[in-house]
Formats: sequence, C-alpha cells, structure tokens
Amino acid sequence: MANKKSAVPFNVTPEQEQKLNQALQELKGTRGALMPALQKAQEIFGYLPIEVQQRVALGLDIPLEEVYGVSTFYSQFTLNPKGQYKISVCLGTACYVKGSGSLYEALKEKLGIDGGECTEDGKFSLDACRCIGACGLAPVLTINDDVYGRLIVDDLDDILAKYQN
Amino acid sequence: MDMVNIKINGAPYSVPVGSTILEAARYAGIHIPTLCFLKDINEIGACRICVVEVVGAKNLVGACVYPVAEGMQILTSSPKVFESRKRTLELILSTHDKKCLTCVRAGSCELQRLCREFKVEDENYYQGEDIRYEVDDTAVHMYRDNNKCILCRRCVAACSKLQGIGVIGPNDRGFKTHIGCAFEQNLGDVACVSCGQCIVACPTGAIAEKDDTDEVWKALADPSKHVIVQTAPSIRVTLGEAFEMPIGTNVTGKMVSALRRLGFNAVYDTDFAADLTIVEEATEFIERVKNGGALPMITSCSPGWVEYCEHYYPEFIPNLSSCKSPQQMFGAVAKTWYAQKMGLDPKDIFVVGVMPCTAKKFETKREDQSAAGEGIADVDVAITTRELARMIERAGINFAHLPDSEFDTPLGISTGAGSIFGATGGVMEAALRTAADWLTGGEMKKINFEEVRGVAAIKEATYHIGDLELRVAVTSGLANAKKVLESVKSGEKKYDFIEIMGCPGGCVNGGGQPVQPAEVHNFYDLRALRAAGLYADDAGKALRKSHENPAIQELYKEFFGEPGSHKAHEVLHTHYSERSRF
Repeated sequence: MANKKSAVPFNVTPEQEQKLNQALQELKGTRGALMPALQKAQEIFGYLPIEVQQRVALGLDIPLEEVYGVSTFYSQFTLNPKGQYKISVCLGTACYVKGSGSLYEALKEKLGIDGGECTEDGKFSLDACRCIGACGLAPVLTINDDVYGRLIVDDLDDILAKYQN
Repeated sequence: MDMVNIKINGAPYSVPVGSTILEAARYAGIHIPTLCFLKDINEIGACRICVVEVVGAKNLVGACVYPVAEGMQILTSSPKVFESRKRTLELILSTHDKKCLTCVRAGSCELQRLCREFKVEDENYYQGEDIRYEVDDTAVHMYRDNNKCILCRRCVAACSKLQGIGVIGPNDRGFKTHIGCAFEQNLGDVACVSCGQCIVACPTGAIAEKDDTDEVWKALADPSKHVIVQTAPSIRVTLGEAFEMPIGTNVTGKMVSALRRLGFNAVYDTDFAADLTIVEEATEFIERVKNGGALPMITSCSPGWVEYCEHYYPEFIPNLSSCKSPQQMFGAVAKTWYAQKMGLDPKDIFVVGVMPCTAKKFETKREDQSAAGEGIADVDVAITTRELARMIERAGINFAHLPDSEFDTPLGISTGAGSIFGATGGVMEAALRTAADWLTGGEMKKINFEEVRGVAAIKEATYHIGDLELRVAVTSGLANAKKVLESVKSGEKKYDFIEIMGCPGGCVNGGGQPVQPAEVHNFYDLRALRAAGLYADDAGKALRKSHENPAIQELYKEFFGEPGSHKAHEVLHTHYSERSRF
C-alpha cells in the first residue's frame, strides 16, 4: 500500500494553530470527539495531512492510527490539499460509457498522482465526480469553473497546457 | 444468581441471566466456534462464524454477543447453521492467501481448523477481485502479511485495548479495508513497542515473529563457536504447551535435555541472571532511597515496557532502573567473567536467549548492550518459546518422552526468586526479599509477599522494612501501566518502587509464548495457570533469595567486588533515550 503522506509541503499559520487547539480543548474527553475534531480541522486547513492528524491525536490523547482509520473511512475527509486548479472527471453513467474512465486514467498518468491527490507543486488536484448534468457533452471534465466536453485522451495535453503558466 | 431457563438442541438448561448464547452453551458443555471474538476486548460480532439458530427468530444470530432470554430455544448444530458457517468460511477464503503448506501457523491456524470442521471442500468456491498486499517486514521482531488477514481485528484489540497503544488499526473501507499503521507507514517506523501481543491474538498466519532459528542452527554447526543458551524463567512453564501438555506444566528437566540434544555447549538459566538483576536492582533502590535519587524507581526487565516508556512517557526515563534486563545481564556476564573463567575469546561465544517475548529480539539490538566491547553483542540471538518448540520438532526430538536433566553450572544456578520473575509481581517480590534481608540485617523473615501476586490489573502494598516505609505498586499490560503512570504524574499516588511488565500477567503471557486459540483465551486465565507453575517452582527451591545464590556470590567475589561497584555498572547497567511518539 502506497504511503499516503501528502507530497505538498505543509504550512500552518499561528492563527490556524490556535483555532485547532481551541477546538481540540473543547472536544477533549467527550465521547465521539474524533469526528467533529476532524471536521473542524478540515475546515481550518482544507485537508488532513499527517501534521494535522498528529495534532488531533495529541490533542485528544488517542492513537494517530485511530485518527487515520477514521479519516480514510469517511469520504468527507481528504488527506490531500486541493490544487490551484481542481480537475474533476465525471464518471457518471453517460460520461463513463463515452470513455471518461480512460480520461481519468490518462490524467493520473500525466500528472503522476492518484485520484484524490494533488501534484507536488500544488497546481493540479484530481478527483472523480458523479453526473454534473452535462450528459449531452459526455465525456466531461471540469477545471475549476471551466467545462470541457466531447473529449478524447489526445485533447488532454492542450487543455493542461492552458493552465501551466 | 438469577437464572433463566433455555433449551439448547432440545435439552433444558438453567443459565445465569445476562449470559451470551456462547457462554450459556459453554455451561452446557457445548462448543460454539468463534473467530473474531475475544472476551472483553473484541466483542464485535463481525465474523459470523458463531451463528446459531434461535427458534422463532428471523435470522441466525451471533452467539458471542446475543444474550439468552427465558424460554429461548437454541440450535447450535442445525443444517442451516452448518451451511451458513461453511459459506462464511468460503467467503473468507476467497481473499485469503492459501499458502498453508509454508505457513508458520499450519496446524495452529484457527481458520484452517474451522475449514476442516465445517467440511469446506473447495477453497476456491468463490472467485473474484482480490487485493494483494506487500508483506511488512520492517520491524525487528515480527512481520505482517495482510494477504492472510481475515480482518477479525483481534490484533487491533490487543494493541489498543490490552496495551493502550493502537499503532495498528483498520484503514480505508469496504473491500479495501486492511489493517495497517497511520498513513500506511511501516511497522518498523511507528511507535510499536514490539510486545507481540498482536501475534498471540492472531487466528491465522497474518502476523508472526521473525524466525531467527536459522542463525542458531548455523552457530550450532560452527565448531569454532562456543554456543550457550539461556532460558527465561517463564519458558519452563509454557514450552510444554507446544507439545500438547497441560497449561502450566513445569518442563524444566525435559527442556534442558532437549537443549542439550540440540547441541548447545552448555545449557544455562536466565534465572541466574534474574538473581543478579535483583542484587543490582535492590542495591540501586536502597541507594536511591538513602541518597534522594529519582523515585519511584521502576523496573526495567521488560523490554516492551522500556520501549513504551521511551516512546510514550519519556518523562519517566530517570525513574527506570539502570539495570540491564536479565537476558542482557546474562550475555554481559557470559562474555566477560565466564569468558575469562573458561579461557574463551568473547568473540567465539555465541549466546542464545530463549525468551517469552518478541521485544527481546529488539532488546538484543539496543545500543549500549556490549559489555565485552568491540561491538560484541551481549546476546547474539533471542528466539521465542515458539521458535524453540519448532527447533525441537525439526530435530526430531520426542519432547514428551525426554528424561529430566539439570542446568549446567555456574550460569545455571538460581534461586526461587529468579523463577518468579516470569509472573507479574515476581520481580517486586524477589527484590523485596533481598531488600528486607539487607535492610534488617536478616531479621525480617518474610519470604512470601502475597500482596503483589496475582493477576489484578494494579496491585499496591505498603511494607515496613527496618525503619523504612515502602509503598510499592505492581502492574502489567501497558494500558494498566498508563493508568499507574498517570496517577503518579498527577500526584494522586505516591510510590517508592513500581514493577511494570509490558504484557498482561507478565512474561508467562508474553508475545513470544505458544499460541493458544481464542477459545482458550476466552474461557481460561492463561496468566494465572502458567504463573502457578512458577510459584510452585519457587516454593520447592531450597534457596529463595537472590543474594543467597552461591554462583552470584562467587561472581561478585571473583569479578565485580561489591553490588553496584564501578565494574558492575560498566557491565550490568545501561541507559535509555527518548523516542518519537509517532
């Protein structure tokens, strides 16, 4: 199993640190504190890298593995930050039969990341999504608010190039 | 006790209110198989092997968690029950790496046994997606092969509940669920204390000790090596289990014979080194009390506990006794005094420890465990009770029919105080025997310190010895240790001397001991049964105080001078360092 530590360097502001500490202090010792603690932490940092999960484990006095186990069980939590450009590939039925699966796989390869991850430079993150209501344009992907439709794998390089600078 | 009337397989029984069906069946002498269930720590009803039919209920119920009720009619052996268990086993096998021929747990695997019992005929009945995992062999003491994991979570319960550590747990969800460490780190890189309680909890071959027997065989076959073996106190009352003997049987004589037949140049006893530990540790304790040293002093014999202290409670490092453990003291003496005495080069002495413990493998590789210097390890290899049993099997030795024989001298001479090191409270009692003798000039005749014996989670006592009032505490299992340490930290409790053993019940229940199936863990107290063998051994010995051991007296006279001398410190003591909590 691949090591799931995020490759993107982790930065924390004193303000974020203080917010998290306060939330953990309030939750410590209460039953079922971990879920709200992780939700709060994700709200503050946008994602839950090892540095944040270690703070949660220490703050609640529970094992790091327990924190990680919960964070990987629920799809609402993400271990990786979102990139400057968030790529979402629709894997809904219509897009999927039109070949969005290959687009998704090709993007993984081109960006060198897995679904749910972010490139090391923080530029691109890749996610799969369900139907975005543009089935007429299938297969579809979005990059932030831009929508690209009727795609084939060969189109991807040109699209990515637009965001490279 | 309030009782309810139930019927199991048509026969009437009266069983205590609140019993589970599993317990009720046990009262009735009926065995219901389980797989994930471990009493008190893993009652999750997940594996569905223990399902039974309750007449009138819509579905089969899990006997391990389902309580009995008045008038309940239970069927434990109906076709429906058998069919369900068989299907469950076939489903488990669909993702199980069925390399039974080469599996270390072949013969003692609970899954294998159930497949035989429920007549699983096609191990590939269900075929589908299957995730293959890399084996994690990064830890010094064990490996994890998730391809053989059935996700029962017994190891997780042992780690987080018995030991209060929790470095392993279920990651991801659904079909991708697997047991691992945080952020998929390797076990060798996280704050695992090497106790091995996960290994003895595992029903299959998914977790096992690293087998170091090849190194031992190699040394035995090397004529230039003087290969000696030491056996930890608890091994004599657990090794027999590997040869179908009743739990707690004392097999000292047969064990010594077996080791001699394996070809060791001399067969020695860690009990000797346990006596030595007591002489040094009691000296250290009295000195700390008299000179205002760090108190409470805490024992350092258990490498799992020491590692736990370094990872999780580094603030208590000054409280740890600086004494090396008995295993390491043995090696240190073997490669200094013994080498001199025998006219051997310490480089040519190969010391094997037979230990109840996987953390002992880690301990041999700790820093500052080289009394002879030049990087010569005090102990070359530590093997577990299970590995020794396999060596005996491989050598074709018929263990049950061996004659008894005695340890060699001088490193095989010991007292009863050394024997009880293998049970929780034993080190404390042994230390108290010696301290009492020394502090009262032999006037205090107390030998048995009953208050510190037994399997209670935390034992406390206050003793008046001479003009000293000593407050002592004894605990075992790291979840309990955590409670004791927290109570000391908060100032709620004040102790002078604390004994902590990493495994619940002490070494008799160590992570290197023979594996017993869950049904034994659930219905017998292994800790008490095995410990009873050690206390009987102690009671039967002529000498029961460590400092009365003639070999120890000779050792001080010839080599160390006084207990706690400069030389003793060089050879027999060590230091500890803080380790990362993550």
